[in-house]
Amino acid sequence: MSKLIATAAIRAANKLVAQAEEMVEKAIAEKGKDFVFEFPDTAFYLPMIYAMTGFPVKTLGDMKVALGFAKELQHAEPDEKIWKPYLGEALDSGMATLFAEEIILAVRYIYGLEPCKDPETGYVYNGFITDTIQRNLGIQLVDGTMPGFAAILGAAPSDDIAVSIVRELQEKKILTFLSGQSNGDSVTKQLLRKGVELGWDSWIVPLGPDTEHTLYALDWAIRASLIFGGIKPANFKDHLKYQKDRVFAFAIALGPLDDVKWATGAGAINMGFPAVADTDVPVIHPTGVCTYEEVDTEFDHTKIVQKAIEVRGLKIIVERPDIPVAFGPAFEGERIRKEDMFIEFGGQRTPAFEWVRMREMEDIEDNKVIIVGDKWQERFAAGGKMPIGILIEAAGRKMQKDFESVIERKIHSNINEAQGVWHMGQRDQNWVRISVGAKICGFTLEHIGIIQNTLTHNRFRSIVDKVQTTIFTDEASVNKMLEEARAAYKERDKRLGSLTDESVETFYSCLLCQSFAPAHVCVISPERLGLCGAYNWLDGKAAYEIDPTGGNQPITKGELVDPRYGRYTGVDEYLKKASGGAVETLNLYTIMENPMTSCGCFECILAIIPEANGVMIVNRGFTGMTPIGMKFSTLAGTVGGGAQTPGFMGIGINFVTSKKFLFGDGGLKRLVWMPKGLKERIADEFKKRAEEAGVPNLLDMVADESICEDSEKLLEHLTSVGHPALEMPSII
Amino acid sequence: MEKKKIRTAQSGTEKIIDSMPDMETCFDRADKMKPCPIGHEGACCKNCHMGPCRLVGKDAENTMKGVCGAKLPVVTARYFARMVAAGTACHGDHGRDMAFTLLAVAEGHAKDFQVKDVKKLYRTADILGIEFEGRPVLDVAKDVATKILEDFGRQRGEMNFIKRAPKKTQDRWKKYGIVPRGMDREIAEVMDRTTMGMDADPESILDAALRCSLANGWGGSMISTDVTDILFGTPMPVRAEASLGIFREDEVNIIVHGHEPSLAEMIVEAVSEPELIEYAKSKGAKGINLGGMCCTANEVLMRHGIATAGGFTNQEPAIMTGLIDAFTVDVQCIIPAIVDVAKKFHTKIITSSDKVKIPGAVHIPFDEHIAKDQARQIVRLAIDNYPNRTKKGSFITEKSTMVGGFSHEYIEYMQGGKYRGSFRPLNDAIIAGRVRGVVGLAGCDNPRWPSTGIHRYLATELIKNDVLIVSTGCSSAACGGAGYLTPEMALENAGPGLREVCEAIGIPPILHLGACVDNTRILTIATAMAAEGGLSDEIGGMPAVGIAPEWITEKAVSIGAYFAASGVPVIFGGESPVKASKEVTRILTEVWFERYRGAFVFEPDPEKMLATALDYIDKARAALKLKKYEPGKFTTEKVLMDMTARREMKAAKPHVGL
Repeated sequence: MSKLIATAAIRAANKLVAQAEEMVEKAIAEKGKDFVFEFPDTAFYLPMIYAMTGFPVKTLGDMKVALGFAKELQHAEPDEKIWKPYLGEALDSGMATLFAEEIILAVRYIYGLEPCKDPETGYVYNGFITDTIQRNLGIQLVDGTMPGFAAILGAAPSDDIAVSIVRELQEKKILTFLSGQSNGDSVTKQLLRKGVELGWDSWIVPLGPDTEHTLYALDWAIRASLIFGGIKPANFKDHLKYQKDRVFAFAIALGPLDDVKWATGAGAINMGFPAVADTDVPVIHPTGVCTYEEVDTEFDHTKIVQKAIEVRGLKIIVERPDIPVAFGPAFEGERIRKEDMFIEFGGQRTPAFEWVRMREMEDIEDNKVIIVGDKWQERFAAGGKMPIGILIEAAGRKMQKDFESVIERKIHSNINEAQGVWHMGQRDQNWVRISVGAKICGFTLEHIGIIQNTLTHNRFRSIVDKVQTTIFTDEASVNKMLEEARAAYKERDKRLGSLTDESVETFYSCLLCQSFAPAHVCVISPERLGLCGAYNWLDGKAAYEIDPTGGNQPITKGELVDPRYGRYTGVDEYLKKASGGAVETLNLYTIMENPMTSCGCFECILAIIPEANGVMIVNRGFTGMTPIGMKFSTLAGTVGGGAQTPGFMGIGINFVTSKKFLFGDGGLKRLVWMPKGLKERIADEFKKRAEEAGVPNLLDMVADESICEDSEKLLEHLTSVGHPALEMPSII
Repeated sequence: MEKKKIRTAQSGTEKIIDSMPDMETCFDRADKMKPCPIGHEGACCKNCHMGPCRLVGKDAENTMKGVCGAKLPVVTARYFARMVAAGTACHGDHGRDMAFTLLAVAEGHAKDFQVKDVKKLYRTADILGIEFEGRPVLDVAKDVATKILEDFGRQRGEMNFIKRAPKKTQDRWKKYGIVPRGMDREIAEVMDRTTMGMDADPESILDAALRCSLANGWGGSMISTDVTDILFGTPMPVRAEASLGIFREDEVNIIVHGHEPSLAEMIVEAVSEPELIEYAKSKGAKGINLGGMCCTANEVLMRHGIATAGGFTNQEPAIMTGLIDAFTVDVQCIIPAIVDVAKKFHTKIITSSDKVKIPGAVHIPFDEHIAKDQARQIVRLAIDNYPNRTKKGSFITEKSTMVGGFSHEYIEYMQGGKYRGSFRPLNDAIIAGRVRGVVGLAGCDNPRWPSTGIHRYLATELIKNDVLIVSTGCSSAACGGAGYLTPEMALENAGPGLREVCEAIGIPPILHLGACVDNTRILTIATAMAAEGGLSDEIGGMPAVGIAPEWITEKAVSIGAYFAASGVPVIFGGESPVKASKEVTRILTEVWFERYRGAFVFEPDPEKMLATALDYIDKARAALKLKKYEPGKFTTEKVLMDMTARREMKAAKPHVGL
């Protein structure tokens, strides 16, 4: 019965709070109350405590204060008979548990005990999840690639069952966190024994060996409402409602449950995350705290994943191609090392290309896979390397030439999502590997064709009526087609180059993020791609054709009322409506006045440095300090959640080299600082644009972290190199 | 042999009465004094000295007139309206006294009292539009008290708390002109309107009655609940004992009886003062045992777990235990007969309100400026009286334990804790059919039936039918004394759906909300349920019913009227006091249901009360398009969310029923 759960949760909370207090006292005695702590790469202090109470824990002394919040949530265990109510008290204890666990893990970090390392295998767990990872995943969270999250606690009855549960979660596109143990074993260890690839690339993330480490997953979840939801710290009601409504997380508890598991579970239930257990534990079916059941059981391990997904109220659409290996975005990040490889194609080792072209309906046969090449089966069976040309031909009443590149960009994900098959590059720079494992399962070239046909249909269902894939396997035919393909690429680039904001009448909105950031609206024009970097104007156009009521809507751009700042009447009208009145007007080409809002998954942040009369840019992966004294993660906190903040703006990387980049503020010449890695990444395009701007050596003048990390040194540098920003009109 | 007449469903009380056949109690008087058949059904008019007129006979509704020409519906409506006015006056004065105490505390004249629940003060200030952030607590308290006191003498406009009702409920009141202006004005107007030669339109008289009742529910009573919480703390679950077995042979026994808790709160503090305990010991007692009775009991039970000796009909039997050394009373439901019974024992009756004096009792008029000293005086008086105890009396030991203390605030809390508290789980449970509906079980226990018996019958039947009960007043004592206010009661006797809900939260199937003034907690809870969504968006239309199966007082009629006007159908037991007029009965049941979604039904047959209540609930469920109630079948139909649905979601949508 529920009383047992409540009793366990209350008891464990009381124990954990005492333990946390003891650890904090000891740490203060040894290191002093002013000892500064922050989890790696987060702007949100101890995120759970910060979101719930608004109190930023920065030092050991602060942890002691924060423990006070946990103590306020402590209660006595219910009596044996004629007990007083316990649900509210148990949920309070759950939250107290999360606060205590957060503090315990923080102290463990201080002592270098986190992330944990498995003493037997040497495996290093993930530990705290950084803001960067959270933001990196942003677009996948909102476009349905990663619709839900599972936290698995404990160990499955056997290694094989552990693997099958995790594989099912992967195929269902669920990101899985692992923590805790039962009877000394854990799913992490079980998967390690079975050689399953673990980590962010395979969507299976072991957080730590103990139940307490589950907190890292909850800390990750709570940052969604801080980052994407724009909900202020201490506004706990809205945070928890956001979690319940928008973060589709759930727990699967394998093996017996102890007090700490129940208490941590009670914490998760506060957030609306239910748990399904595989043992005969009490259930809590009445709904209202969670959307559906709070605690349920499922003893059949082949059904437990589906049960958990349903209990969370999650709909997952899996359309998999008929191939002999597992398939899903969770396999996209999987690597194939040379020793695991059976055969490879392209990658400068053999001639290769991939190309999508539009055809007339009568020219192709739907879902057909043609493989061209003498004795290709024999050559394939021999392994090693082989040329490859992948030609996808698509036809449809709503198909347009412009969509060729949109469809083509998906080839990468299509192939990569097959387990044991790996892809990188594009066009004539592509590279494909098939693993020994996939080969053993019976994977052949034909399946690459099947994948393309199926996925092209799935992803572009109302654009594409027919798809046919031809795979060329001998050098002669590949080279012959390659010429045709290259001509097409060239023509396509020319067309893209001519696509400007002036040359079209319609821009597109992107509302995909509204599932997580309900207040944010992206406006995508030909010369400004979405701030996540994942959606450009053509993508928006295609997406609108695919689903006219979907996340990308046309915006008739209307009259250009301010050519310098890029203000369009149509954009303003649309925004007012789509943001629910939150945003009245928008300038596309400036950071200074009514700039674009952000959801939270921006690739880069632009920020003005008034003393340098310019702008710096910092990309998401860069964790160092910037000249304005804030790291990316801290800066990001000021930009997300759908608010306009003049002087700060989230953008996609490719926007930097657009002609409209800061057009109203003086363009590329305003750029005074950016991380070295980013410089390298965009060097070619940047140099072209710099030349057009009349400062061919601009990139060399732009400072990076190797030159300075503060504004004083930055100014010295800019002055010494004669950076043009210093001579420009004042930016403010 | 003649079959023995059962007086009460409380076995302890029954034993006491049986053990002293010569002692006269209300049960005996009820046997001797049959109700006047004409007055009983509302056919008697004694509003002027041309009468009293009795409008009886064949087709009296159409043919009979009083000397002035008033027809039967007018006479019946006047009778009903005057009961409402009297009841409103009681709760109005109660609220007024509480507000004055708060003012005295704020102004520093009542040093023995404090603002114990600052959060509740702030919430109340917020409702009243009074700035509270950064201000001294007592300044806020003064503004709150002053603003509340305006409600009593206000001549025009609306009473302060009217705006707490759901918008749609308020709209109905406005549409039919029953928004109360000020407490005193509405009471005076009913009295004025119903004298001879005034309003002769039954509908118009009954409108005034409803307006007057709202001045009680959303005025006097609500003020009382809120101010009492502010002064003495908002209740949270407590365990307490119930029934006449709570007295201790070796301790000084003191009873606080009545309705207003101010003096009782002081006595609660005084009985644990070491000097007084020592004093009691010096007189040979082991300690001091405080018990409550009627609604004063409920007030101190809800906040301190003080035991209750029961409700209205237990007053005389309590004294007959021979164990009570001081029986302190404040206001309302104090039957004068206690003085006569007390004369046969050593018990001292102490009256404490200038509005309630009984010859033969010791009168210590409550003065908030010296309240604690008065409390000590009373405790000393009881201790001094302890040695006077004789062997006389029936020393019974039966008692039950209960869990009480369910305020609106705690009920919200218990459904999710500090961070997730809401009414979502309750609404969900009703939507899914786990909980069929909610019944407010309230009102007095009446010596004309085996007292408390109908409460107990309905309580067991309703919970068996998956109806969650919220109880107040003597109904709480009736159910508590029966041992129904325990979480075990849900596990053993509730229907399968209600059992799951009670088990998930850890609650009894009957939630004790407090005294009869605390029926207002039901109003605010229903308002919160409407705001939570998924059920009705006003109080009317909720699958909820109020039942006062053994009602006695005019206060009960006033409460029933404000529930009806707020949108809750109420069922009152016993013969109808408006039975004489079909027209008045039609207005109370049909017209009010159409206008306010509430109704006032009188039904003497307990089984029919139950059936009527379930019928109202099931019809409300049907009108809300909720799943038809089927015991044990409440699988929630899940709406699984894909990304499109998640983007379109602006707020959480209740998953079924809409």
